[in-house]
Amino acid sequence: MQHKVIDTEDVVIRFAGDSGDGMQLTGSLFADMSAIYGNGLSTFPDYPAEIRAPHGTVSGVSGFQVHIGSGKVNTPGDFCDMLVAMNPAALMANAKWCKRNAMILVDDDAFDDEGMKKAGFVTDNPFEELHVEDRTLLIAPITTLTEESLKDSGMDIKAIRKCKNMFTLGMACYIYNRPLEYIYQYLEKKFSKKHPEVIAPNRKVLSDGYNYASNVQAIADTYAVEPSGDLEKGTYRNITGNQATAWGLLAASEKSGLPLFCGSYPITPATGILEELAIHKNLGARTVQAEDEIAGICTAIGASYAGNLAVTTTSGPGLSLKSEALGLAVITELPLVVVDVQRAGPSTGIPTKTEQTDLAQALYGRNGECPLPVVAAHSPADCFDAAFNAAKIALEHMTPVILLSEGFIGNGSEPWRIPQMKDYTAIRVPFATEDDLRDGKFRPFERDVETLVRRWAVPGRKGFEHRVGGLEKNHAGSISSDPDNHALMVEERRRKVEKIADFIPALKVEGAKSGKLLVVGWGGTYGHILSAVREINSASVQVGFAHFDYINPLPRNTREIFAAYDRILVCELNSGQFADWLESRIPSADIARFGKVQGQPFLVSELVSAIKNEMK
Amino acid sequence: MENLTFKDFKSDQEVRWCPGCGDHAILAALQRTLPKVSGDLGYDREKFVVVSGIGCSSRLPYYMNTYGFHSIHGRATAISTGIKVANPELSVWQACGDGDALAIGGNHFIHAIRRNVDINVMLFNNRIYGLTKGQYSPTSKLGAITKTSPYGTVEHPFNPGSLVLGAKGTFFARSLDVELALNSEIMSAAALHKGCSVMEFLTNCVIFNDGAHKSLSDPALKAEHTIVLRHGEKMLFGKDKGKGLVYENGAIKSVTIGEDGYTIDDILVHDAHCQNPVLHMALVDMKEPDCPVALGIIRDVADISYDDEVRKQVEKVAASAKIHSVDELLRSGSTWEVK
Repeated sequence: MQHKVIDTEDVVIRFAGDSGDGMQLTGSLFADMSAIYGNGLSTFPDYPAEIRAPHGTVSGVSGFQVHIGSGKVNTPGDFCDMLVAMNPAALMANAKWCKRNAMILVDDDAFDDEGMKKAGFVTDNPFEELHVEDRTLLIAPITTLTEESLKDSGMDIKAIRKCKNMFTLGMACYIYNRPLEYIYQYLEKKFSKKHPEVIAPNRKVLSDGYNYASNVQAIADTYAVEPSGDLEKGTYRNITGNQATAWGLLAASEKSGLPLFCGSYPITPATGILEELAIHKNLGARTVQAEDEIAGICTAIGASYAGNLAVTTTSGPGLSLKSEALGLAVITELPLVVVDVQRAGPSTGIPTKTEQTDLAQALYGRNGECPLPVVAAHSPADCFDAAFNAAKIALEHMTPVILLSEGFIGNGSEPWRIPQMKDYTAIRVPFATEDDLRDGKFRPFERDVETLVRRWAVPGRKGFEHRVGGLEKNHAGSISSDPDNHALMVEERRRKVEKIADFIPALKVEGAKSGKLLVVGWGGTYGHILSAVREINSASVQVGFAHFDYINPLPRNTREIFAAYDRILVCELNSGQFADWLESRIPSADIARFGKVQGQPFLVSELVSAIKNEMK
Repeated sequence: MENLTFKDFKSDQEVRWCPGCGDHAILAALQRTLPKVSGDLGYDREKFVVVSGIGCSSRLPYYMNTYGFHSIHGRATAISTGIKVANPELSVWQACGDGDALAIGGNHFIHAIRRNVDINVMLFNNRIYGLTKGQYSPTSKLGAITKTSPYGTVEHPFNPGSLVLGAKGTFFARSLDVELALNSEIMSAAALHKGCSVMEFLTNCVIFNDGAHKSLSDPALKAEHTIVLRHGEKMLFGKDKGKGLVYENGAIKSVTIGEDGYTIDDILVHDAHCQNPVLHMALVDMKEPDCPVALGIIRDVADISYDDEVRKQVEKVAASAKIHSVDELLRSGSTWEVK
C-alpha cells in the first residue's frame, strides 16, 4: 500500500490511560514538541482526584487532550481525531469523544478478561459495545513490544512496563510526522544529572515505537500539521495558567518594587501557583505554606500590612474559609490578591473538574456590605496579564481583589508570545507622604478626593504610627460606632471600588457591532465562545461577542454596548451567576442564559447550537 | 535612637476595660517595658507592631502608640506570622485571650509555636469569655459554672504551658496580671528571645470570673501557692523560702527543707535553657494543693526561627540564581522563535 502524508489544518489527540500510566507527561511532551515546531495549540488535562485510583477502573482514567493547528488554536477541541487508550477503562471513558473518522490506538495486552471486566465491558468486543467499530482501529501489543524493546536494557520488568507511554508517544510521532529530536533533548535535560542510565532506554523505546508505527499496515496514511506562519512574530513559550498566574504576580512585584508574599494552603487545582512561587525565591518571593486556608489569607494580610505585595491562592472551598478575613482586608483597606482557581462544587464537589461556579461567592460571599473588585483570566497565557492587573488594582486602589481562574485554564496550556516588562505600565503605590500628616498625626482612612483611595503607611515608618482593624473606624483611624460615620464609610468603600471602572479597559466587541444578539462570556470560556461565534459568523447570520475580564466593576461602556442589541446571551459554566450580576447592574438588558454545570468545559458545537437557537 | 519612656507608648485612646480588670496591669507593664526593649534592640517606636484578635484583651493595640492591628477572632497569630515574615526587622507583640488563642485560634497558635516564628505572644488567661459576657473557655476548670455551663463543665481545660511545650515551644513564661516587676522581666526576656515567646498572664476578670486566681495573687497566700522560677537559682518558695522542689521517681515533689531528711542541697536548680523539656513539662503542670504554681520564665531555649530561615533561604537562593529579573524568567527554559 502506498503511504501518503496528508496535510491538515488541525488535529486533536486524546491520550488516555490509567492514572499511573504517564498520560499527562505523554500529552505534555507531544504539546511542547508541537509548540516548538511552530504549531498553535491548546491542551486540556482531564484527570481524576485520586492519585492512583483502583487500577484499571473507569474512575482511575487520566486523560490529556492536545489540539494542534497550523495557526492559532483557541480551544482544546470538542472531539478527537485520535484516541490513545492504554487500557479498556480508558476506551470505555473516552470513546464518546471520538470523531466519526477518528483513529483509536489501544494496547492490546491490556484488553484481557480481567481488564475488560474491570472497565465494565459485558461483551468481548469493546469496540462494538461502544459503537466505534467503524473507526480506524490500531490494536497493538504495546506492553509486549515495550518489553521486547527493553529486554536487554538491564531494567527490571516493572520499570520497563512504565516505558510503554514512550512507545506510544513514538507511534503518535510517526502518525503525525513529528521529529523525535525534541523528546531526545527533553530526556537529556531531565535525566542527565540524576538518572543518566534511563536516557538510552527511553530513546530506544521511543524510536522503536516510531519504527513500529511505520511498519504497521493499518497505518496507511500519516498527517502533517504544518505551521502556517501566520502566528505573530516573536519569541514564544508554552505556559499553563497556574504558571502564568505565578509569573504575573512576580511581574507585579517587580514593577511595584514590593516583595511578593504568598500565604497559601495546598488545594486542587490551585496548588501549582504556590509551587511555582516557591521556586522563585531568586526573585525575592516569600512563600508560607500555611496551616490552613484561613492562615493562608491571614498571613497574607499581615504581610500586606507590613508592606509586601501579598497574595493567597485557593479554590472554591478555600475561598469560603477565607470569607471573614476578606472582610478584614476590605475594612482595613489593605491590598491583597486572592486567586481562586475554580473547580466543580459545592463543597468538595469534583476537585479536578472545571467550573465557573464561584462567581456569586466572589461577588457577595462576605458578611456586611463588603464590595471588592473581581477580575477573571480568559486563557492560560492571559493568566499572566490578569494576575498583573489584579495586583495593580489591589495596590493602586488599596483593596483586596479576587482573581478568578479555572481548573481548565489553570492546568491547560497554550503557546505564549513572551512580552517584555518594559511594555507593562508602572504600578504606583499610594504610600503616605509627609503631606498626609495632620497635626503630626497620620489619619489612615483619609481618602484621595478623586479615587477615594486611602494612603498606605507601613510599620517601620517613623511618625506614621496608627492602628487598623476589623472594627469600624472614622477617617482618623479611631473606633467609631457613630451611625452617620458607618454609613459614610460603607458608602466610601463602595464608591472606591466603583471608581476602579475609570482605570480598566473598555469592553470590546468581536463580530456584529449591533443587531439581534450579543453573545457574552467571562473567564476561561473565551476560546470556546470565540470559536463558536466565528463559526456562526462565517455563515450569513452575524452576532456580536463580548468577553468580560473585569466583572466588578464592569467596564464603563457595558450598558452602551448592550443597548445596541435586542438580546444578550450569557454563556457560562454555571446556572447563570454572571447573567444575574448583569441583570442587577443593567436592568434594561434582555438577558438570556446558556449554562452548563457538568465539571467540563463547553463544546464549541453546543455553543453553536445554543446561539443558533437564540437567533430563531 | 531616641530615649523613649512609657508615655511614648501610650496612645490618645481612652482605655475602656472594666475598672479592676487585670488587663490594665498588663498594658502598664508593656508600656513600661518597651522603652527598655527599645534600647536593648536598638529599635525606635515605629518598629513595634502590636497585633490582636478578638476579645477584651485584644483591644490592647488601640492603647499602644505604636503600629497596631486589631484583627479577627483567633487569627492574630497568623497575621503576626505574616508581618514578621514580610519584615523580620519589626518587633511583633500579640495580645490574645484564652478563647482567642486556644479555642478558635488554636490551630494558628500551635503552628506559630511549631515554626518558632519570632513573635511575642501575650496570652491573657482569665479562664472565661468576658466580651460575650460569661461563657466557659477552654481554660475554665472542670466543673466551672458559667452561663453556658449552668450545671458545670464536663470537659478538661487546656494547660497553655503544656500545649506550648507539646508543640516544641522554645519560650514559655507564666505570671499574674498584678506582678508588674515580674511581668516586665518576662517581657524583656521574650523580646530578646529569637522565636515564638509565649507569656501566659493569669488575669482576673472582675465581672465574670472574679477571684479565679485568688489563691495565687492574694498576698497572704501567694508565697505558699506559687513559686517564681529564675534561671540558675534554686527552686525555693514559701514563707522565708523554707520550701523547695525536688525531683523523685520521675515527678516533681514539694518538700520542706529540714524535714524528712531534705536539705538545701536536694533542691533543684532551675535551668530554663535546657533543651530537654521533661522538667519544664513537669514544672508547667504543677498544681495546687500538692505543688505551688510555677511562675517566671520556665523555658527559654535557642533554636532556628522561621522568619529568619525564610529570609536566609531567599538570600541564599538569590545569591546563586541565574535569573534575576522577570524578563529573564520569561525567557528561561524552552522557547522558540516565530519569524
